[in-house]
Amino acid sequence: MTGSSDGVFFLTGKDFTNAGSASSNLKSILENMGIPADIVRRASIAAFEAEMNAIIYAVAGMLSYSITPEAVKVTLQDMGPGIPDIDLAMKEGYSTAPDYIREMGFGSGMGLPNIKKNTDKLTVNSVVGEGTTLEFVIYLEGPPPQTS
Amino acid sequence: MTLGEIRGILGAIVITQRTDMDREIGRAYCADLMSDVLAFSVTQSLLITGLTNVQVVRTADVADIKAIVFVQGKRPDLDTIETANSKNIPLLVTNLSMFETCGRLYENGLRSATGDTP
Repeated sequence: MTGSSDGVFFLTGKDFTNAGSASSNLKSILENMGIPADIVRRASIAAFEAEMNAIIYAVAGMLSYSITPEAVKVTLQDMGPGIPDIDLAMKEGYSTAPDYIREMGFGSGMGLPNIKKNTDKLTVNSVVGEGTTLEFVIYLEGPPPQTS
Repeated sequence: MTLGEIRGILGAIVITQRTDMDREIGRAYCADLMSDVLAFSVTQSLLITGLTNVQVVRTADVADIKAIVFVQGKRPDLDTIETANSKNIPLLVTNLSMFETCGRLYENGLRSATGDTP
């Protein structure tokens, strides 16, 4: 893989026609840059889960990415209801999704745990009534050594 | 087995364009819950589902699913088919039930993507 790339996709809440297309585009970008298939899959799945969360819960959101020879970093910032208890939201099976989301095949409470599983570093910051910022990093050749 | 063989076993029709029927399929996974498709490592497999919305194709794309079979004669809309065409993900439709679809494929040697059986 050579070079670096960064960019941003804008997301509209409840726009289920285009839901997932930002992650799908990100996948193509990663593939075109020659990133190893396993990293592409992990990054795409994590981005897709985050994108679906924003589209399901928020009014709008922004998915930005930064790809360097060391790592793939994705940040999803949304204007949504916020997550009152992040530890609870990280538990497999915990979900607040309405029935129509479940009928679409999502909202089973696996999203955040699955993002954690597929990434090397995950941070979630949320303010109830304002929104959530989720950031994950996947290192291309394993996590860097601790410097502190 | 190949996608062409799967089509034959299921009496399925292919609804995508320029579909490579020689594509090799080694494993299969069956779900209506896309969260499960994303959560379990079912890449490079055939997805059997009764859900026909566009998110099924998008899920298949990010999870590296090789092809999708829709059961019970359910057909996705044109936008979904177009998305699958652009992502080069073959779509098949069979009139068989999900149980019968899985049963026939298993009988012919296809095994679980989650590695339940050798």
